[in-house]
Amino acid sequence: MSLFDFTLKELQEKLHNKEITVSDLVEASYDRIKEVDGEVKAFITLNEEAAKQQAKELDEKLGAEASILYGMPIGIKDNIVTKGLRTTCASQILDNLTDPLYDATVIQKLENEQTVTIGKLNMDEFAMGSSTENSSYADTRNPWNTDYVPGGSSGGSAAAVAAGEVFFSLGSDTGGSIRQPAAFCGVVGLKPTYGLVSRFGLVAFASSLDQIGPITRTVEDNAHLLQAIVGHDQMDSTSANVEIPNYSEALQQDVKGLRIAVPKEYLSEGVDPEVKEAVLAALKKYEELGATWEEVSLPHSKYAVAAYYLLASSEASANLARFDGIRYGKRTEKRVDMIDMFKESRAEGFGYEVKRRIMLGTFALSSGYYDAYYKKAQKVRTLIKEDFEKIFADYDVVIGPTTPTPAYKVGEKIDDPLTMYTDDVLTTPVNLAGLPGISIPCGFSSAGLPIGLQIIGKHFDEAMIYRTAYAFEQATDFHTKRPNLGGGQ
Amino acid sequence: MTNFETVIGLEVHVELKTASKIFSPAPNAFGSEPNSNVNPIDLGYPGVLPVLNEEAVNYAMKAAMALNCEIATDTKFDRKNYFYPDNPKAYQISQFDQPIGEHGWIEIEVNGEKKRIGITRLHLEEDAGKLTHGDDGYSLVDYNRQGTPLVEIVSEPDIRTPEEAYAYLEKLKNIIQYTGVSDCKMEEGSLRCDANISIRPVGQAEFGTKTELKNLNSFSFVQKGLEFEEKRQREVLLAGGEILQETRRYDEQTKETILMRVKEGSDDYRYFPEPDLVPLYIDDAWKERIRAEIPELPDARRKRYVEELDLPVYDAAVLTSTKEMSDFFEAAVAAGADVKQASNWLMGEVSAFLNKEQIEVQDLKMTPEALAKMIQLIADGTISSKMAKKVFAELVKNGGDPDKIVKEKGLVQISDEGQLREIISKILDDNEQSIIDYKNGKDKALGFLVGQTMKATKGQANPPMVNKIILEEIDKR
Repeated sequence: MSLFDFTLKELQEKLHNKEITVSDLVEASYDRIKEVDGEVKAFITLNEEAAKQQAKELDEKLGAEASILYGMPIGIKDNIVTKGLRTTCASQILDNLTDPLYDATVIQKLENEQTVTIGKLNMDEFAMGSSTENSSYADTRNPWNTDYVPGGSSGGSAAAVAAGEVFFSLGSDTGGSIRQPAAFCGVVGLKPTYGLVSRFGLVAFASSLDQIGPITRTVEDNAHLLQAIVGHDQMDSTSANVEIPNYSEALQQDVKGLRIAVPKEYLSEGVDPEVKEAVLAALKKYEELGATWEEVSLPHSKYAVAAYYLLASSEASANLARFDGIRYGKRTEKRVDMIDMFKESRAEGFGYEVKRRIMLGTFALSSGYYDAYYKKAQKVRTLIKEDFEKIFADYDVVIGPTTPTPAYKVGEKIDDPLTMYTDDVLTTPVNLAGLPGISIPCGFSSAGLPIGLQIIGKHFDEAMIYRTAYAFEQATDFHTKRPNLGGGQ
Repeated sequence: MTNFETVIGLEVHVELKTASKIFSPAPNAFGSEPNSNVNPIDLGYPGVLPVLNEEAVNYAMKAAMALNCEIATDTKFDRKNYFYPDNPKAYQISQFDQPIGEHGWIEIEVNGEKKRIGITRLHLEEDAGKLTHGDDGYSLVDYNRQGTPLVEIVSEPDIRTPEEAYAYLEKLKNIIQYTGVSDCKMEEGSLRCDANISIRPVGQAEFGTKTELKNLNSFSFVQKGLEFEEKRQREVLLAGGEILQETRRYDEQTKETILMRVKEGSDDYRYFPEPDLVPLYIDDAWKERIRAEIPELPDARRKRYVEELDLPVYDAAVLTSTKEMSDFFEAAVAAGADVKQASNWLMGEVSAFLNKEQIEVQDLKMTPEALAKMIQLIADGTISSKMAKKVFAELVKNGGDPDKIVKEKGLVQISDEGQLREIISKILDDNEQSIIDYKNGKDKALGFLVGQTMKATKGQANPPMVNKIILEEIDKR
């Protein structure tokens, strides 16, 4: 049994009882990385020396009033900026960004909680992708079967938690990038309401959709990690100034009387029968627990993927324009004039998928096409938001699968971007509507790959999502299953 | 021969002098060490976000209101995309379709004729960094200016002559300086101007093809550049040629406009709403709060000086040419100075001194109160006008209190009649020939006697009294 099989509460008890030390936790993390990361390839950059030094200091300082996250080994997606620690976004264009000069707001918040950053986690380049195959460093593998993708773009963040390399991690979700890899790797991943977590220091992919969120093994731990990173931030104008509930207190409640909406579009053709079966079984479980569910419709969800790819790519085309070789990052070695320096540096620095989306977004924003693409996509976005609002007038949560299928094999879809894009059909509406959504384990396919259940809540109603997720988790044992990796844990 | 009408529109950029930048907390200052007033936000580092400095909005509103614009209630920022090394994010945060101010105007006066020039829009945006081109093929970039709040003020194509363009710029600068939101110093780049000019046969409704003039480093270069361009376009058309849509720069040496590039179609900046900032809602209370902060503007002041202070129109115009001069004048008058005397001193000696020293009125060591006091000392006969020049020289050099200066320098005028009569009697006794000469009609003799008196009193005798007493004493003899 690994130390990381305990819950946060249990580990904190052990720390305070002196059964274990922070150094033990950090050692456990690096030992496991040495054992399995050659296979899993979840990390881009390790922070070993600094982390071990910090662990020693934390062991000396441990006091009774320590935070519940005290000393916990965490992995950070490599698009979250860490002062003095290389931040690459898995791109060659930022390969030499050894010090991004400042800490993201979430990193500052974690510092207040005294977590220990183990390293920076692999991802699809600039968070563009659903399989982590678009990383310029390595293909992260699914710990449940390393022939399979871990999902993406936060593939490293989900795989590292599933493989027991870190206790928990942070990812980011623009169109499903936390929930989908969480589903593929059998862990718990939450995309918070847009505006709940500061984006300051999250390298922007699509500013109006991006959110940082926690990836953990259990719902309870997820609630604790979310609690640490939320809150209004003056550095982020889109950060919401709302009252923050105590999320772990919400877990005390049961789900009797809970009204669940299940969009028929979420269980339609295109959804793998095994996935559908697992979700229907989960709904049955909820019935047993005293909740009710009804079929509803999200009529505009069929346009979500198209609207998402137009809006996200449009914003990305501007957000990624700053990587021009002038102030930091890759600059071409070729002796060329100014315009060609921009072109060559970007041609050399960006990968294929990133270039595809920059071109798509540039096209969508071009004069003469703006109304037909960007503006129309914004209108679809409003309609999708209204679809959800109508449902939430009568229901507490929306439940469906996180992904149409379980994880697929490495290389299986990478040359078929359109299929990859359409796989985001169940996650992108949530980002477009700015809603919170979680993926929790709800079963396994016949191939032994995890299946994720998606629970979507009202704006800023993460507490309801956690309550719903926790009730299911406590009534099932999917979250206790571990992949058979590196000779077992 | 065809008669042409000239059509000119101006685009003016004005930097706002807020304490910090528009989207980052870095200081907004001119003349610092390159790249010292920058932080990761200004440098466009990965992950940074803009946060709007509300003071920049207040300043922009103030400028827009002073230019008679309607202020938007719902406004927002947009991204303007283009690659250039001085533009660190490769997009400029600007305003595209919902500018803060629209439909404004200012009144200009050329050759005694008043005319309204419309202002299409005033929008708020961020300034870019600054490139210095080396001769080794490399260029250096200073990002201190990056993020300085900037307003772009676009005029309607209402301007018909280069002279009107000059008057428009003077008036615009004057008004904005009064609001206090910018120094409007062209030499420091806090005011910059691009000009669009076209010509068309008189009576034609459509505009001709316009050219855009850049690199206009002073108002008179704007005027000269437009004059050259007006002539050039006329010659091209008369020779049967065609005006191309060009960007041209004004060369100060050759006094010509030179082709920079021909514009083919319009640039596509792919504007879209800035997702990192929330839309801005400016309610009536906010607007009224800013409106209340706008000081009396130059036109209103000029009118008041003429109508209420009885100053000549010329004086009113000179005194209100800058807010600082006008404020100095008002403070002097408030401290008791005679209105016309204060005006004379400011337009005369004070302006001459400022010109000579190349300083601004706010840099003077002399306070308005001191000027008022000095004017009072002249009026009550304590010092002569000649002495006043010495007091003035001391005041502008070292400052201080005119009363004290007069005492310390022994500049007090002798206005005691008995004392003067005694001195004069003695001088007349010693210069009988002069009395005879004077009586024989030689007026010069009187001047000699006055001179002797001034000499005997070390110049401190009250001149009008000296004249009067000498004549009286001569009469007695």
